[in-house]
Amino acid sequence: MSANIKDTGLQTAGMQDESDRLIAGDINAYLERHEHKSLLRFITCGSVDDGKSTLIGRLLYESKVLFEDQLETVAAESKKFGTQGSNIDFALLVDGLSAEREQGITIDVAYRFFSTDRRKFIVADTPGHEQYTRNMVTGASSADAAVILCDARAGLLTQTRRHSYLVSLLGIRHVVLAVNKMDLMRWDESVFNAIYEEYSEFAHGLGIESITAIPMSALEGDNVTAPSTNMPWYRGTTLLGLLETLKLDDEAANDSPFRMPVQWVNRPNLDFRGYAGTVSAGIVKPGDDIRVQPSGRTSKIARIVTMDGDKDEARAGDAVTLTLADEIDASRGDVISTSEEPAGSADQFETTIVWMHDDPMLAGRPYLLKLGTQTVTATVTSIKHEVNVNTLEETAARQLELNSIGICNLKTDRVIPFEAYTDNKGLGGFILIDRITNATVGAGMLRFALRRADNIHMQAVDVDKTARATMKGQKPCVVWFTGLSGSGKSTIANIVEKKLAALGHHTYLLDGDNVRHGLNKDLGFTDADRVENIRRIGEVASLMADSGLIVLTAFISPFRSERALARSLVAEGEFIETFVETPLSVAEERDPKGLYKKARRGELKNFTGIDSPYEAPESPEILVDTGALSAEQAAERIVSELRKAGMLEALAASE
Amino acid sequence: MSQSVETLNQLRRQAVELRLAGTTVKETAERTGLSAPTVTAATKAYREGGWEAVPVGPRGRPRSPGSDDAANAGQHQAEAPEIAPAQQQYELPEFTIDPARRTHLERLEAESLHIMREVVAEADKPVMLYSVGKDSAVMLHLARKAFYPAPPPFPLLHVDTTWKFQAMYAFRDSIVDDYGMELIRHVNPEGLRQGVNPFTHGSALHTDIMKTEGLKQALNEHKFDIAFGGARRDEEKSRAKERVFSFRSAEHRWEPKAQRPELWNLYNARKRRDESIRVFPLSNWTELDIWQYIHRENIPIVPLYYAAQRPIVHRDGAMIMVDDDRMPLNPGEVPEMRSVRFRTLGCYPLTGAVDSTATTLPEIIQEMLLARSSERQGRMIDHDAAASMEKKKQEGYF
Repeated sequence: MSANIKDTGLQTAGMQDESDRLIAGDINAYLERHEHKSLLRFITCGSVDDGKSTLIGRLLYESKVLFEDQLETVAAESKKFGTQGSNIDFALLVDGLSAEREQGITIDVAYRFFSTDRRKFIVADTPGHEQYTRNMVTGASSADAAVILCDARAGLLTQTRRHSYLVSLLGIRHVVLAVNKMDLMRWDESVFNAIYEEYSEFAHGLGIESITAIPMSALEGDNVTAPSTNMPWYRGTTLLGLLETLKLDDEAANDSPFRMPVQWVNRPNLDFRGYAGTVSAGIVKPGDDIRVQPSGRTSKIARIVTMDGDKDEARAGDAVTLTLADEIDASRGDVISTSEEPAGSADQFETTIVWMHDDPMLAGRPYLLKLGTQTVTATVTSIKHEVNVNTLEETAARQLELNSIGICNLKTDRVIPFEAYTDNKGLGGFILIDRITNATVGAGMLRFALRRADNIHMQAVDVDKTARATMKGQKPCVVWFTGLSGSGKSTIANIVEKKLAALGHHTYLLDGDNVRHGLNKDLGFTDADRVENIRRIGEVASLMADSGLIVLTAFISPFRSERALARSLVAEGEFIETFVETPLSVAEERDPKGLYKKARRGELKNFTGIDSPYEAPESPEILVDTGALSAEQAAERIVSELRKAGMLEALAASE
Repeated sequence: MSQSVETLNQLRRQAVELRLAGTTVKETAERTGLSAPTVTAATKAYREGGWEAVPVGPRGRPRSPGSDDAANAGQHQAEAPEIAPAQQQYELPEFTIDPARRTHLERLEAESLHIMREVVAEADKPVMLYSVGKDSAVMLHLARKAFYPAPPPFPLLHVDTTWKFQAMYAFRDSIVDDYGMELIRHVNPEGLRQGVNPFTHGSALHTDIMKTEGLKQALNEHKFDIAFGGARRDEEKSRAKERVFSFRSAEHRWEPKAQRPELWNLYNARKRRDESIRVFPLSNWTELDIWQYIHRENIPIVPLYYAAQRPIVHRDGAMIMVDDDRMPLNPGEVPEMRSVRFRTLGCYPLTGAVDSTATTLPEIIQEMLLARSSERQGRMIDHDAAASMEKKKQEGYF
């Protein structure tokens, strides 16, 4: 091995000399020891020139996970791309994708692995630029510790503060401030002291459990794996020594009450029903009293089943299969908790949301929320404020842009078991998924429940929807017209309403005239307001349908996700999306209200079709093409479709 | 640098006085010659215990002769929760084996089980890509654990190039029998018809047609929406950034910029029809982890991983095993019997052997730890330009 190092002209600290002896001499003893190493995950964060890649490259190099062919490749690449002359550019060891290698910057989260005699390490390497908060939060979510780099020449930068804030937000317990490039500051103690002092004051307010500052030079190797001879004034441990001895998150989670989200119900035959999952906190043993949430049913743990035989306990982080003493029902998404101290359940929360997508987060728009193993629909009811990650100032916001962080109230469509993120990451951390694109658009942390769900009871009423609809001799439904401005939605909807009235049906038409002037007069035309506009109309239409009416709505409603929301508010089969299809050029030519002209002149902002998108329905229940049909023909067509769908018959008769 | 305890304590008292007089930590440090952390520690000790607490006693860690331990003892006294630089640790605590503490292998195993269960809970039609190699062996073993006592609820898919080692086919068939798994074997019929082989078509074309195209065909034909693969992040630089759930377009393309962020252990498995996901449960395992786990769990592997006398010819600096009579020998080329083994297994004409006498797992691990080249070196397809794997991945090869 040492020849390997000599070839590259670099010195090594020989941190694994003992291992080398064992490998060569007594491989079985080596294996015995190395099978019992623990695993620490940490994240490195720093600005572009802090030397982060160099630090990771050095850790990999000195822990000897690099092979000769890899070193040869890097040596060759160092000559081509490197910034270190004829020396090895460690940064090239870790910069992966070709695009970013050409730019000389890291642009995504990369995971690296190395190990010492004591531990295996997984390093999440994340970039430090302004626009990549998203990547850092991703890397930090599963880390036990964070190494925040700062350049001794530059001192604390805005980014250093931002990284520290994000690290504290994600609940990382151990932070190491690596004051790097001390070689360029003549190893000066006072430089380190000044940075350390400034950081202490800043970090004090963030509530991080332990903070350690280490002066180092990743390039020269000082205090990375071996103590620095250049800085005798520093008597602390090296970075690696510290990482080898930090306490792990999972060990800390063992002290919390037992929780396990059910991942998968294992039913190979009628005699076995097991609940597979990963213990998110606490310790469980056969015989323990448990409660299944949200149902609240109780039982006892019968067995902890694994292929290696039944276990007498399972701890935080273990992936196990539990069987219960009683035949009670639990399914994916449920949480098995200790019965004395179960998790909370609620459907409204205060949360911190980190937005990770180019399309901004809009209050009122429904997203899918995945927490533990449950996926539910969630809507942000209000954005209390946005947090400026650089200054920690709170500012008002109507929407969250990519890489912004907001304190938001959030409502789920059903009661879910949960815990505050600070108590249990597994039941308090969630992701938000766009319902149309399926992209992961945000991540969040539950802070607390706004009200306990067990206080809410829906009013049970005797006169119900069926009773009201039966009296009217029709099936309630919402005929949701959508299309560009000038497509003829209102005209057609009016004719449809007249025809239905002539047939003796009870209807109501919601359109801009009766909604924008009253219910929604406080709303403008930004994306956020458009979402809220449609949400309110959807809710009103839903109440009207509940009252037994056939509801017609005529709004542009340009976004798929809001139409999906409106659909979700009424019963299955009651939402009839009616797409009034007109090419933009035709609608613009008609321009009955002169709006397109105004928009083209720039006097009207956010006008659908001009500077705001229209997302056409993918599979509307009814499609009318106004190029081919007159308004009268289109209306006739819609009425006949409603008849075909059974909407115009009495409810009892059609069921 | 060395100071007596008494001198040090005098400086500590002086530092506290300066701090009480409103001097900054930095200036105090400069004036006393103490480090900033020591100043902070001394001040904190004063606030908590008055003047009596400021001096350091002759306690602390057992010191090594000549070391400057007194100052450190002082720092130890004022350890956490105050923000403080790292404490001196001349000797790290003794390494002990604690049965309650989970080892790295147990952690990795639990993570892989969690990933597999998420897939089975959310996929319409999952499949496990089975390449017969050691990573596949570990992946299959983990799947059996994840769903025990049920059998893994998905079939295995072997995209066969017809050029694997004979020992691999024999091993595959016996494993499938032993575990009662369903195996789907797919060979690109087009490639078969054209007689594509690594000798006349070269490694790049052979791999592209038989492996990349074959895989896409099989996934499309059976409408598998999520496929487990045994790739690891430590194998190659472009894989270090690969997600555990790797999202593919309807054309099986991998778009590095369009990958979803993965937080905590929450995986987003939602997709549109025709889109698919490759899932890598071994993402965080290294080659050493794989071997250690095979050793710990006693997982059967193809005998080619162990050294034996095998017929070898030298080609392009690699030792290629003459596994069957389809291998054309160059004029004058005579296979030589040699004790070799394989660190990685693929198509035999594309897989280089290494000289070895390792006939047990510990010996293999020993060789691996003392080796000077990475396992992918034996794979001929990696020898192209630097970003070749990334390009291949975008095209749909894993």
